[in-house]
Amino acid sequence: MNAILKTSDNDNVVTCLRSLYKGDEIVADGITFIVKEDIPQFHKMAIKDIKKGSPVFKYGQVIGLATRDINSGDYAHVHNIESTRGRGDKQEAIK
Amino acid sequence: MKITGYKRENKTFGIRNHLLVIPASVCASETAIKIANLVPGAVAIPHQHGCCQVGVDYRQTVRTLTGFGCNPNVGAVLIVGLGCEGINSKDMAEDIAKTGKRVEYIIIQENNGTLGTISKGAEILSSMSAELSAQQKVEFDISEIILGLECGGSDPTSGIASNPAIGKASDMLVSAGGSSILSETTEVIGAEHLLVHRFDTEEKKKKFLRMVSDVEKRAVAMGEDLRGTQPTPGNIQGGLTTIEEKSLGCMHKAGTMYNFKDALEYAQMVPKEKKGLYFMDTPGEDIDSITGMVAGGAQIVVFTTGRGTPTGCPIAPVIKITGNTNTYNMMKDNIDINAGKIITDGATLDDIGREIFDKIIEVSNGKLTKAEVLGHKEFGIYRIGYTF
Repeated sequence: MNAILKTSDNDNVVTCLRSLYKGDEIVADGITFIVKEDIPQFHKMAIKDIKKGSPVFKYGQVIGLATRDINSGDYAHVHNIESTRGRGDKQEAIK
Repeated sequence: MKITGYKRENKTFGIRNHLLVIPASVCASETAIKIANLVPGAVAIPHQHGCCQVGVDYRQTVRTLTGFGCNPNVGAVLIVGLGCEGINSKDMAEDIAKTGKRVEYIIIQENNGTLGTISKGAEILSSMSAELSAQQKVEFDISEIILGLECGGSDPTSGIASNPAIGKASDMLVSAGGSSILSETTEVIGAEHLLVHRFDTEEKKKKFLRMVSDVEKRAVAMGEDLRGTQPTPGNIQGGLTTIEEKSLGCMHKAGTMYNFKDALEYAQMVPKEKKGLYFMDTPGEDIDSITGMVAGGAQIVVFTTGRGTPTGCPIAPVIKITGNTNTYNMMKDNIDINAGKIITDGATLDDIGREIFDKIIEVSNGKLTKAEVLGHKEFGIYRIGYTF
């Protein structure tokens, strides 16, 4: 079983198919990544540096924006990604 | 491909032969339950609605209850009304009777209250039960099947394994001439730009996009971040971060081979003469969503769940599939198929898609799902207005 799953070529996050631990070495697209923090099974890891405010891609589609700089190997979840949809707390969000 | 089931007068086919007791309103719900409890095999659908509703919300409740009565899995119907509620029991009985099945109604205020109504109701129900027991199953073509597609308690395995796998099964059913319904408008938010291309006319595209934007506007109008509920706390704990991510995984339930014939309103009947893949405007909440699809004519539902959920339906078998092997091992009482083998054992989407399709056939032929064995019969009507 692979440790990670990348769903599309231009994704900048991958799904961890097993729990990953800080210091693990993971190979994706021929590049070795050092896992920077523990990541639970099926949660996401960044495989590229993502600047604050930039889109996060999974399935080749935008799943949200980075709320702070995310580095390759970081755990990527609600602490550093936010949705752009259904944001009644930000009234301008609706199209 | 042939399966066996119950032929109805209106040339639809049921895969179960339920005796249904419909309360016209919340005021008749308890009495309806008591009547159903007296006759083995009868099932009541208690609910909180049916009175002091207006407009589209009222009509949606009527459509849902009527749709349940019309569903081909139901052999006969008893409606229990209080007598003064908004929903008229006689009118509903006449609408359901157009299917050709036996339908009767009874009014609490006209039958000496609870006990008189129970007595008379149980008498009607027991004669219906005897009639249903004499009905023979007949062979019919699989193209008569309408499949509801549902996901709930999702986690990232749903988008990777179980949803694409039921998408395969849905494609197989539609290829065989059957129908399938993608639901849960909330879980289209963030994926509508991909799905909209699968509607063939500008009018249908606009209708579909309006359904999605109406749901999003409702959340925004409340001044809240939808993330308070979508994704749910369990979705987030499982590893789903945003509604967009959840939606992009949910849309795989619709398979890849077919375009949508149309976008249906909640509980709107799937057209018998125009089989194929449909979208239905239901909420992300599982029970209300399944109720809408079954009211629209679905005889069977496939339901993917990464976190695990026990829920069923009063009149339609619900097949549970998880993409998470841990969940399968934890909730074997509730889960019928482990699509987690795609992740853990190298099974292919085609393998699991075929396993799900074979299970749909087996269950259609009469085998009980785990939700049926355990008596799960959750029922909920999607409200789109206020109670006055």
